[in-house]
Amino acid sequence: MSTRHVLLGLLTAGPSHGYDLKRRHDERFPQARPLAYGQVYTTLQRLVRDGLAEVEGTDADGGPERTHYRSTDKGSVELAHWLGEIAPPAPFVTNDIFAKVVVAILAEAAGEPADPAAYLRAQRTAHMARMRELTALKTAPGADLATVLSADYALSHLDADLRWMTTTAGRLAALTEEIRNV
Amino acid sequence: MTPSTAPLITARGLEKAYGRTDALRGASLTLGAGEILAVTGASGSGKSTLLHCLAGIVTPDSGSVRYDGKQVENLSEAQRTELRRTDFGILFQFGQLIPELSAMDNVALPLLLAGVRRAAAHQQAADWLGKFGVYGQARLRPGEMSGGQAQRVSLARALVTGPKVVFADEPTGALDTLTGEQVMTTLVQSARESGCAVVLITHDAQVAAYADREVVLRDGVVKADEPWAAEHFSRAEVRGND
Ligand SMILES: Nc1ncnc2c1ncn2[C@@H]1O[C@H](COP(=O)(O)OP(=O)(O)OP(=O)(O)O)[C@@H](O)[C@H]1O
Ligand SMILES: [Mg+2]
Repeated sequence: MSTRHVLLGLLTAGPSHGYDLKRRHDERFPQARPLAYGQVYTTLQRLVRDGLAEVEGTDADGGPERTHYRSTDKGSVELAHWLGEIAPPAPFVTNDIFAKVVVAILAEAAGEPADPAAYLRAQRTAHMARMRELTALKTAPGADLATVLSADYALSHLDADLRWMTTTAGRLAALTEEIRNV
Repeated sequence: MTPSTAPLITARGLEKAYGRTDALRGASLTLGAGEILAVTGASGSGKSTLLHCLAGIVTPDSGSVRYDGKQVENLSEAQRTELRRTDFGILFQFGQLIPELSAMDNVALPLLLAGVRRAAAHQQAADWLGKFGVYGQARLRPGEMSGGQAQRVSLARALVTGPKVVFADEPTGALDTLTGEQVMTTLVQSARESGCAVVLITHDAQVAAYADREVVLRDGVVKADEPWAAEHFSRAEVRGND
């Protein structure tokens, strides 16, 4: 994920200081890893360095001094460019589940103590438990749209994992056979 | 809602063969009062057959189904019909709406059979059609509705009598994701409010995630997904086909 562009996007709602941007981020992306304040700060400095954002001013408001940032015209152009750019559809498969299943099949065929079928069942249980949590979250009365969108996104991806896991479970016998016969 | 006290339905070692096909081969499960249980598994694994056995529609070749203190297989045909009418709401996988009746009359019918007066029955039927977003189709006959609309009318019919258990065989099979979400939200909410238990058959993990718990059927046998359930089932499974 491009933190620069996400922060630029959050700045479109109006000038803001670092802590406020972190809070807005965590609200809009509730299932994402919360942004570290240090990361917000260094990203804002880089945006300023590159002319995509600028310092609007500072206020103290009784507490420590806070720097307010706003997006520049160049920042708007950059944001529009990023939004219009398609993301490459996952060119490589890098995923723990996938790696474990492939290695478990190889290991089992070689007579090692590995049980891909049992692993797939246990992983399904864990996935389903997480999917129940997310479903409860998004269907809770008063769930806001940010929560619903991010829960939907997470649910769709867990669901995709599950489909692959179910299909693979169905192919296990044939796969093991194939490896043994090589 | 994890079932705590006595289960509402206890099925043990269910076997059912159709000719040379073993649809169920010692399936066991427990349904708690008010519990929403998802049943998943590959096509042909025996899900619909299990549901029909639990609801007393099909008599298993062996094994037992205990519902609310009654051995379902020992009941007469008439008693089982009565039980289905008073306590169960059933959504069949391939619908079972009466082709000659409008959506409204299909949904009102179970109430009329239970002795509810016509105006009241139609009012309640209208409410349920509304909850599932098909009030606009109230006057259409099943042949004039889309597949997903007919499915929602069937679900309204299953819920209209306020059953103790709803058996829903693929309630969202013909629905897009958003409509499915609305249907599931309504189903779960109604079940929670009335304390009714739900057996939910689905191929869709996102639909199964509305349930409290999932069991997976494989080749006619129930595989439990959670430790407490495993305890409940293990003895029956170890005993196998007795
Ligand atoms: N009335 C019947 N007569 C003959 N065979 C039947 C009958 N009902 C079910 N079967 C067989 O029993 C097995 C289990 O069928 P069942 O309908 O329970 O599967 P299912 O898990 O519900 O599948 P699906 O996901 O496709 O609906 C299948 O092999 C099916 O052909
Ligand atoms: Mg079926």
